[in-house]
Amino acid sequence: MARLIRTEKEVEGRYEEVWLVVEEDSLDQWPAGPREIVGRDAVRLDGRERATGQAVYTADLVKPGMLHTAVLRSPHPRARVASIDLAPALASPGVHAAIGPGDIEQLTGDCTYQGTAVAAVCADTLAHARTALRAIACEFEVLEPLLDPDEAVRRGSLLGQPRERSRGDYERGLAEADVVVEAEFRTQVVLHNSMETHQAVVEWIADGIEVHISTQYIWGIRDAVAQGLGLPPDKVRIVCHYMGGGFGSKNGPDDYTFIAAELAKRTHRPVKCALTRREENTAAGNRNATIQRLTVGARSDGTLTALGGEFVNAVGWDGWSSGTEGPMQMLYACPNVKTTTYGAKLNLPPMKAFRAPGFVEGTFGLEALLDELASKLDLDPLELRRRNHTAEAPEGNEYSGKNLLECYRRAEPHWERRHEVRARSTDTVKRGVGMASQIWYGGGGPPSYAWIRVGSDGRATVVTAMQDIGTGTKTAMAQIAAEELGIPLDHVTVTLGDSDRGPYAAISAGSSTTPSMGPAVRAAAADAREQIEDIAEQRGLKGASVADVVDVLEDSQILGKGARGPNPAGMQVLTFGVQVAEVAVDIETGEVWVERIAAVHDVGRVINPLGASSQIEGGIIQGIGHTLSEERLHDPATGRLLTTTLDAYKLPTIADVPEIVSELVDEPDLHLTNLGSKGLGEPPIIPTAAAIANAIRDATGADVRRLPISREEMLRALREAEARQKEKVGAPAGV
Amino acid sequence: MQLTVNGHRYDVHGEVGTTLAETLRDELSLTGTKIACGEGHCGACTVLVEGEPVLSCITLAHAVDGAHVTTIEGLRDHKMIDAFVRSDALQCGFCTPGQIVSAVALVESKPAPTTEEIRHAMAGNLCRCGAYPKIEEAIRTWQD
Repeated sequence: MARLIRTEKEVEGRYEEVWLVVEEDSLDQWPAGPREIVGRDAVRLDGRERATGQAVYTADLVKPGMLHTAVLRSPHPRARVASIDLAPALASPGVHAAIGPGDIEQLTGDCTYQGTAVAAVCADTLAHARTALRAIACEFEVLEPLLDPDEAVRRGSLLGQPRERSRGDYERGLAEADVVVEAEFRTQVVLHNSMETHQAVVEWIADGIEVHISTQYIWGIRDAVAQGLGLPPDKVRIVCHYMGGGFGSKNGPDDYTFIAAELAKRTHRPVKCALTRREENTAAGNRNATIQRLTVGARSDGTLTALGGEFVNAVGWDGWSSGTEGPMQMLYACPNVKTTTYGAKLNLPPMKAFRAPGFVEGTFGLEALLDELASKLDLDPLELRRRNHTAEAPEGNEYSGKNLLECYRRAEPHWERRHEVRARSTDTVKRGVGMASQIWYGGGGPPSYAWIRVGSDGRATVVTAMQDIGTGTKTAMAQIAAEELGIPLDHVTVTLGDSDRGPYAAISAGSSTTPSMGPAVRAAAADAREQIEDIAEQRGLKGASVADVVDVLEDSQILGKGARGPNPAGMQVLTFGVQVAEVAVDIETGEVWVERIAAVHDVGRVINPLGASSQIEGGIIQGIGHTLSEERLHDPATGRLLTTTLDAYKLPTIADVPEIVSELVDEPDLHLTNLGSKGLGEPPIIPTAAAIANAIRDATGADVRRLPISREEMLRALREAEARQKEKVGAPAGV
Repeated sequence: MQLTVNGHRYDVHGEVGTTLAETLRDELSLTGTKIACGEGHCGACTVLVEGEPVLSCITLAHAVDGAHVTTIEGLRDHKMIDAFVRSDALQCGFCTPGQIVSAVALVESKPAPTTEEIRHAMAGNLCRCGAYPKIEEAIRTWQD
């Protein structure tokens, strides 16, 4: 029965209170461990169409009469458009329309970051649109930009109020400490760089609008477009069958969707607006930089007595101040914790969610700090973490399930390798092993719905308007339906990607797709299965296979529906894990190689071990890029971005990949839904940077505190360690 | 101009300055070849010209007038496709056609490449999802 409740909804660590109609989740979980289909390797349902190039992405879509768009974006971080003349663009060959500041809300002459959209042109071809764009006469009055995050905090240029979070008595905790370690950590801006850039094809049809868009959230786009254009949501159709990566950057419609909508309205044609790679790396979002000034106090046995931090998120002009303090607040049992987080509003492009926003950055700081503490106390870093493990959530609520100690236990063989790894050091190449823990959300939640139809051929189709952004959720949904119905996996099809053709489905962000959608799909399949069992009984075929039961039905279909039940009341649903990294450092050049990473994560029941291992590898590889090579640079004087191309911005290549070993605890979360599954998209990227930094310390004694760990940063840290060592040796004994 | 693409001969009419990628995608509707950066940095647009991998987004169509071109559409029955699917060597799939074309070029000249050879030949094909370990596995096991 449907029930109206008021509940907390969490996405990417942000909570809001919402009204929800939830249906009881009446199914018992399957017993732990692999089933017939769930828990066993499955190749991607849509792997072949993606691999052969038959999959039509938004980038590939061509509609009859479709026009192409070029967007004029501010080249300056802060400027005012002094004058603009669109007439030369309108006179340019092939041009159908041009719009400028004020024509729509998304175009403005008040440019507050490089990439601010000013004007747009649409034409028969992209080449014509680009030529016309260059003809626009636009003069900018360049203004002084605000670029420094600390300066922004001083001046009160903030997004939202500073966030103060504390428990216990921090000052007393510090006073009780035998050892106090303070350090400042800095993380850089990194860019999502989805291979398919942000883009949409928009067409007005009758009194509604059809938007094909590369997105992570079909239903969020539908609502945002409806609201932005003043349309009833039912008149907005959002389609995304295949999309080429998002990583958190494709949750909203952005400026390009509304630019295409306006141009389509003016021209009565379908209009495509696709970002170029350089626009993508300017105006499509980023993981913001952070400054973290951290303090830890501990007793000599390693028991934490105080954790404190001042966190500055260099958010950019817009976005939100993510939970960089989250790991410090949540990971350990420490009774006294005090954090303040500022969101600095700067004349730099707005941040967007990027795979575990805040926690990737915050875990680097916290877990590197913990190893500095371990080194000071001469304690084994893994043992230090065990001593501060907490079975109860320090902020109050119970955990729905937590197997972090089991992750540590399984990581031991990898951790034990450190003696052998260190022994392989040479005079100039030092080797070492480091570890870091992971905590994050990933429980998903309602609402989410699925329908299922079973035909007389015994085959089933799952229908839901969700998206598969490349994580393999389509395949996982098919596995769940096949398992519940008791039919072979290749008898299940999943149709998704169209808001007109299926019920509401969750966002593919916050590691939430599988834990949100999976229970709804299972409920729908169970609904169909129960109907099939009724028919079996009437036919005297109790216990027979689905195909045998339904074979006389001809055109009749069994229709099932299912909804995602609520999350366990009063409980925190979180994911946990640990990674162990092995590195080699050339102490003459400062070059760092990651040689091996072992990952053990606890995300509840695993649906598809093959797909899960791919997610882990992908997260770790992005983490390695974040740690060693990726950085969006801007000129400190002018604020102009310097790394908008893929030769300047250094993504990891196949040659940068270490040996990766992954393992999942695979224990269903007994309090969470009919599946006990959590999400896995984000956890694997969280501990990677800290594990690498800690391995570097193990190898060299150097404290790296800044990402990326460029050769410059590595050599700086080595020099600092050398000076510290000299000081220690040079100090007169007994004084 | 004339191009022989996947064994079919076409008369094509791109303006001067049209890239091979644009010709394939816009004129011949062969959209399996992807454009991800448009400036030769990522490898998503890789096709074979006379059997050699080239970046079609920075190759002018006029420069390959008369050539034999193989795109992902011409490799649908190649065992490398099965190997990629079997090994889960793709996630979002946008870079995958380019990866497969590069991989096919490699194994055509070196049917059993070493890990080093795979990494060398494939280093120009970026994959942001990080499917690299499985891409390597697919190329190692493509003949299975």
